[in-house]
Parts: sequence; C-alpha cells; structure tokens
Amino acid sequence: MSQTLVVCPFCGCGCNFYLHEKEGSAVGVTPSREHPVNQGSLCVKGWRAHEFINHPERLKSPMIRHGGIVRDATWDEALDLVSKNLINIKREYGCDALAFLSSAKVTNEENYLFMKMARAAFKTNNVDHCARL
Amino acid sequence: MTNSIQEFEEAEVFFVIGSNTTEQHPMIATRVIEAVRKKNAKLIVADPREIKLAKLATLHLKHRIGSDVALLNGLMHIILEEGWEAKDFIKARTENFEQLKGIVAKYTPEKVTKITGVDRDSLRKAAEIYAKAKRSMIVYAMGITQHIAGTDNVKSCANLAMLTGHVGHPSTGVNPLRGQNNVQGACDMGALPNVYSGYQPVTDPKAKEVFAKEWGVSDLNGKVGLTLTEMIDGAERGDIKALYIMGENPLVSNPDARHVARALRKLDLLVVQDIFFTETGRLAHVVLPAASFAEKMGTYTNTERRVQLSREAIPPLEGTLPDWKIICEVCSRAGYPMNYNSPIDILDEINRVTPSYAGITYGRLKHSWGLSWPCPNEDHPGTPFLHKDKFARGAGAFDAREYIPPAEPPDEEYPFTLITGRVGFQFHTGTMTRKASILEREAPNAVLEMNPRDARRLKLIDGGTVAVESRRGEVHLPVAVTSDIPETVVFSTFHYSEKNINELTVCAIDPVAKIPEFTCAVSIRRI
Repeated sequence: MSQTLVVCPFCGCGCNFYLHEKEGSAVGVTPSREHPVNQGSLCVKGWRAHEFINHPERLKSPMIRHGGIVRDATWDEALDLVSKNLINIKREYGCDALAFLSSAKVTNEENYLFMKMARAAFKTNNVDHCARL
Repeated sequence: MTNSIQEFEEAEVFFVIGSNTTEQHPMIATRVIEAVRKKNAKLIVADPREIKLAKLATLHLKHRIGSDVALLNGLMHIILEEGWEAKDFIKARTENFEQLKGIVAKYTPEKVTKITGVDRDSLRKAAEIYAKAKRSMIVYAMGITQHIAGTDNVKSCANLAMLTGHVGHPSTGVNPLRGQNNVQGACDMGALPNVYSGYQPVTDPKAKEVFAKEWGVSDLNGKVGLTLTEMIDGAERGDIKALYIMGENPLVSNPDARHVARALRKLDLLVVQDIFFTETGRLAHVVLPAASFAEKMGTYTNTERRVQLSREAIPPLEGTLPDWKIICEVCSRAGYPMNYNSPIDILDEINRVTPSYAGITYGRLKHSWGLSWPCPNEDHPGTPFLHKDKFARGAGAFDAREYIPPAEPPDEEYPFTLITGRVGFQFHTGTMTRKASILEREAPNAVLEMNPRDARRLKLIDGGTVAVESRRGEVHLPVAVTSDIPETVVFSTFHYSEKNINELTVCAIDPVAKIPEFTCAVSIRRI
C-alpha cells in the first residue's frame, strides 16, 4: 500500500487528497488535512474519486471504425492513421478545415501541448475547450 | 476569481448570483456557510430556485430567468440614488462613470420590479446590504454566463463591484466559480481560439514572434480561430473536415444534441481521446485510450488561480498513454517532432513563454500547496487577490448594459421554461461519477423538478412520467414535485446520456463570448 498526493479531478475548487494504491490499483481516498482549500474534508464526489480509475469499462486499446464496425488497433496503426489523415485533410482543404477540442480535465502541460499541436504542427487557431459549457 | 478561497472566511457580505454553490462547488459553499453561521456574514442569494444556500440567506431575490442585467442595474440605480457609491474609488480607479449613470438611471425600481419580479423593498435591502458593508463579494457561476446576455451579465457584476469599491482588497471582489478542475488552466494555457498561453493574442505580432521562436516555426496563423460552438456549426456546413477531441463529451454537454450528432457524422475524421468509450467516442473514426489523472503527473489551476502539482499515484493502465505522450506521438508522426522527457520539460517551456506563469516552476510547486498567478518570477510569492492598486488595463472601465430578454421565451405552444444544471452527487456528463456506486445509488436518474401548482394543473403526481418537448427534441422524465422551483419553470440535469436533456436545449449564443444559453421553452404532457 502507498499513498500519493493528487488534485481532485472534479470541480474547480482544487481540493487535494491522498490516493491509496494497492497492487497497482487505486483503492481509496484520504483528504489532505493541511491543504488551504479543503482543510481535511472532501465532498461526496471527491471521496469516491478512486472508483472510476480502475473501472472495467476503461478503454485499454486504440480503436478504429470502418463504416459501422469498430475494432481494436495497435497504437502504431491508430497514431499513423490520425497523423496521416490530419495531414491529408490539411493539404486538401487548408489548415482551417481542422479543429481541435482540448479538455478542462487534463493538466496544464497537456493543454499547452494540445494548443501547440494545433498552432505549430497544423497551423490553425481552431482550438477551444468546454469553458463555455 | 479575484480572491482566494481562504479570503471567504473574512467576507462580510456574499452576493451569490447564478451559482448553486452547495451542489457544484461544495468546499466553497462550506466557506460561505461557515462565514454566515460563525461570523454573522450576510448572504444575498439571487436565483429563481430556492437552492440550498437560499434557505440560509439573509435575503433571497427570486428574479426571473435571464433578468440579471435588469436586477444588477436596478441595484446600482438605488445605490446611486442613496449616495452609497464609493466616490473616492470611482474617482481614483475608474473611467466612463457618466455612461454607467446614464444607463442605470433608466432602471427605476418600478421598471426593475416589472422585469425581474423582485419587489422594491427587497431590491433596496439588497442594495443597502451589499453597498454599505466593507468587504462584500460577488460569487457567480454559469447561471450568469450561460445566457445570450452572458457578457452583459458579467460586465454588470463588475460595474456593481467597482461602483461600490468592492474590489482590489482582501475578501472583496468578483468571484466566478469555475466548474471543472482545470478549466482555468485550459484557458490560461491558450486552449482558446484567440490567445496563446497567458492570454497573449494570436493577432499580436510580438506574441506571435515569441511563440514562433520557441516553437521553431515561421508561419503561425494570425487569424483568430473558431470556438467550440462555431466548430460544430462549421462541421455541419462542411467547412470543418477533421475534429480532434481530447477528454470532452460534446454530444452530451453541448446544447441541441441532435444538431451536434448531425455535425459530427459529417466529419471526414473524428478523433476522440478519452479514458472511457463516451457517447462522442462512439461516433469517432479513431479512439485513443488515455491515462487517467491518477496515472500521470502534471499541474492543474483551480478556480482561485492556484497552480498545483498532482503526482503519479499508479502506473498508466496497460494499453493507455498519458495525453501528453499521445500528442507528442501525433505531432512527431505528422512531421513536427516533439520530444519531452516528462511534463516537467513542458512546464519549463510554459514558464519561458507565459509571463503570468514565469515564476510557477516545478521546483517551487513540489514543496508547496501551489502558487496563484500572476507570478512573474521565481522570487514572486504569487497573487492571492487581483487588482490591488490598479486594474490590468489601468483604470477600471464602467460599461453599463441594457437588459435584453432571453432567446426563447415561453409561449402558448411551449409554456414552460427549462433550466439545466448539476446535482451534488454527479458531475457533468457523468462519465466519471456514474461509475461510482454510492453516487449512482444517490442520484441514479434524471428527474424533472416542477412546482406543485403546475403539477396539480397537469394532474401529475410525484414520480409520474412526462414527455418534455422543445422545438428540437423530446425526452421522457419522471417528475419531482418541489416548491423550491417557481411556477412555469422546470429544472433537470445533463448527467444522464440515456435521457439527454441537451436534446431539448437551445444553442443561441452570446455574441461576444460565444457561450450558449441552453435555457429554452418546453411543453410538458403526461404519458
């Protein structure tokens, strides 16, 4: 068993808790007592934040859809397909035929990289996230 | 937020408008409740529904949906009439005061009562409580922003704070509560169509030069891009051919879900990167499995601008990759090599190109509870409250707005107004919380909240099923009869994709912020 300090994945309060690990899985949550926002407590969602992490419905393989059929694919196959298609569409219809929707759920570093992907790699400012929803 | 969450402890007055704080931001609601109970802080709640905070409030203004500008202008009218405005603050820190005076002069209590339904006495009491206290703070959320007049609403909140000098000091300011754990960070990092990280405009040649140099490219696009709602419209028109979605579920979270589905089906390429097979993922050509928050390190910025480090608690689930690694792979394969050893390298780059984050380094975050931006250098302690001696633009500009009615008012055919929101046991489109047994036990399905008088009129009993129909779709829901909601208004949540309330909502957008209104007219019949 180990415990690691993490930021709660739900609302914008930014509570911190210790996530308990057992044999590689998340098994429980203890709120941080010293944290200036949550001061030892958590809301009911935060207390259950470990449950979805190892849920059996987690995606474990890239998938590709051809028509109505969805099948598992390797990472190489899926990544090549994404990058090739993005390049082809950019070449045929221009940069602004591409759009990128980032996430209010991932880290700052990942948001920065995602907008860098849109702007530096594919030359479009069509990048947004769900702040408006 | 202009203030830190800790500062809530010392506020004397909370003016909560358009925020169901106990459900959406429970730990912030706790601060408000503690301040009211233990320190005799006064609480004014402006909300059409009798939300939990309203039950504790000194004063509850049940203003009509979408009448916020009229309400706020009405409060300012009374404040000016009584001479409760902060004359020194207005003189020293603001401009355009005459414009404000001109507009709010028209919002007499008679007129405001007619538009909002709030009586004159309550308006006067609210104005007095808010204006006369030393440390008053406005707290709002999507109830203010998700309107076609969302920008006007926000400006009116800012006008009220400046008029009374309630900004620029500890425990007093304007505090919008952000709904997701990193919605502040996503904005700060430039996941927006008009700015790079740190809100540096893509149209500013100087900013463009900084990023072009850092990124080793010469041809950055200088044209402002599309917002989410515009991307969906673009896809439906056929202008947008490819959409790459990371960690979002617009099919359930966007208004007018059928329109969204139609648009997404037209794309030549839809990529969805997520931890679960979401409703949006089911339409994708390629689905990429991402690691969850617990399986990676990185920083998140909460609603009070506090940038915090989250650590890797468990290794990524077999078969998944952290989002940052997936992005690096896609870019590298597309001919733009990205090589980072860890998120620490990426944060270093953010520090270099983002002045407000320049001092928020990994080394400092590792040993602290985070730092609030702006934090321009490594010796800077961070900024718990904003606008201390001056506003970002210098003088605070008053910009009074006129009231406009909602996009889709009720009529004979659709006589009810539907508002949507969340409950405390579920989160957003439910992809995470609906996998938690206790949360699902407490709030397993969507219900339609309805006033007892309306229920009686429609001969409905609590738990009976109704068909809710708007101009865009129909959803069947059990009724929850409650006097917490006013007559002719109904409420439901968007957590449940099997009863997707967003098939009904309207995608009328604010012309500036491009934020959708959602609230729409519906009819209800017993089935």
